[in-house]
Amino acid sequence: MKITFIEYDGTAREVEAAQDDTLRDVALDNLVPGIDGDCGGGCACATCHVFIDEEWQAKLPPLSDDEDMMLALCDDRTEASRLGCQIKLGPELDGLVVRTPEGQH
Amino acid sequence: MPTRGVAEDTEEHMQANAEIQSVAAERAYSVPLSEIDVSDPKLHQADAIWPYFSRLRQEAPVHYTPDSDFGAFWSVTRYKDIMNIETQPKAFSSEAARGGITIMDGNEVATLPMFIAMDPPKHDAQRKVVSPIVAPHNLAKLEGLIRQRTAERLDELPLNEEFDWVQEVSINLTTKMLATLFDFPYEDRHLLTHWSDIATTLPGAGLIDSEEERMVEVQACAEYMTRLWNERVNSEPGPDVLSMLAHSDKTRNMSPEEFLGNMFLLIVGGNDTTRNSMSGGLLALNQHPGEYEKLAANPELVQSSLVPEIIRWQTPLAHMRRTANTDIEFAGQKIRKGDKVIMWYVSGNRDERSIDRPNEFIVDRQRPRQHLSFGFGIHRCVGNRLAELQLRILWEELLQRWPDPMQIEVTGQPKRILSNFIKGYESLPVRINA
Repeated sequence: MKITFIEYDGTAREVEAAQDDTLRDVALDNLVPGIDGDCGGGCACATCHVFIDEEWQAKLPPLSDDEDMMLALCDDRTEASRLGCQIKLGPELDGLVVRTPEGQH
Repeated sequence: MPTRGVAEDTEEHMQANAEIQSVAAERAYSVPLSEIDVSDPKLHQADAIWPYFSRLRQEAPVHYTPDSDFGAFWSVTRYKDIMNIETQPKAFSSEAARGGITIMDGNEVATLPMFIAMDPPKHDAQRKVVSPIVAPHNLAKLEGLIRQRTAERLDELPLNEEFDWVQEVSINLTTKMLATLFDFPYEDRHLLTHWSDIATTLPGAGLIDSEEERMVEVQACAEYMTRLWNERVNSEPGPDVLSMLAHSDKTRNMSPEEFLGNMFLLIVGGNDTTRNSMSGGLLALNQHPGEYEKLAANPELVQSSLVPEIIRWQTPLAHMRRTANTDIEFAGQKIRKGDKVIMWYVSGNRDERSIDRPNEFIVDRQRPRQHLSFGFGIHRCVGNRLAELQLRILWEELLQRWPDPMQIEVTGQPKRILSNFIKGYESLPVRINA
């Protein structure tokens, strides 16, 4: 599958991903800047904060209470905000475009 | 240039520590589990806690101490278990009224209302006001000033003579940082360090002898801060913490107690944690000369892995505490409503189940950011990026000036703080060989 990451400054990168990878792991494995994932993927640090465009929102796994609780920590949270560690990739997400924030906090 | 007499401590103190360490190594595995009490501040000060935590992680990862100088408490010592508790704020409360976030009861500063010791929803509302000040885009604005102050200070340090790194570098720089954050009167900035130390010290450890004394100092802080608050309320909003609190809808009507509580949170949170990492990093490099050589040969490691590894290694706050909101079974143990639960970050950061070769200080570690020192969950340290920024700048500037391994040399034993909460140093004798 192909995932495109777009940095805050507009730099775009297309990377390979496998089914069931999380966005966080795909980013870290491919050295995509702008995502830290400090807690190791446990929905516990909100440093894998990403923005997903509206057109893809319906295809994402639903937002859990735990994810919502952590996203609340992000000063730059928008409607498009998700945590990368909570998005497991399925075939419906092939071609997904992911934007990363100015910085992780 | 004024230098304090280094390591005012005597041979006797260091001897005592060595003895405590050797007793611990033996005792940790020979006493019944039920007798283990890792809250003893003397064990922490003597750097003798490690074998106890190793045993607990292995044999009793959620362990009950029925009686201690700090009452009854559970010790949670594995990384994953700690993270599990921190991500369940409904079950494990931080609320001040239930005892707050340290093992010690009766410290009236720790039970002041501050957002670290609140649960949602109030916690969220107050944290959100402070968070933007130390968010990455704002830190970029502070970087120039931090670098300038660091550079100036390092250029003032004596060369080829012994001095106390804790006073002359760690306290000096972090105090200036705090003063900047608050836009605090620069000439009075030593008060910030003083109040921070007063807030967390154990009575009898050298600064105060009683809770009454603590509260006298706290009152002085309250009066000073209130005066500043009133000035800020009546001025145009500025970019400093006080001004933001004074102008935000969510916080400008805080009660005097809440105001004071949040002041202490920011003073303490931003102060000796960073301070002790500044000292601890230098000590760690000296204790691991191979790593100091590696760093000197690869100074770009300052940008990637050095700083998080220092923060993991030091673990500036040895624990955080929660109180069970209900009876709950956790890792096979029955925790009762109201029980005190201590998450020993200092142990979790050495947990071999979650961290590769955790008892090694490795400056180019693969996953350096996976550590517990900032905590996890909704209370994760809001100042974590600011802490990292200060440490990064410090090491950039140090290596620029003194790039050879062991050039900044620790020349004697550190004196550690008597505390099971603050993990840090009273003094660290150093000589810069230039």
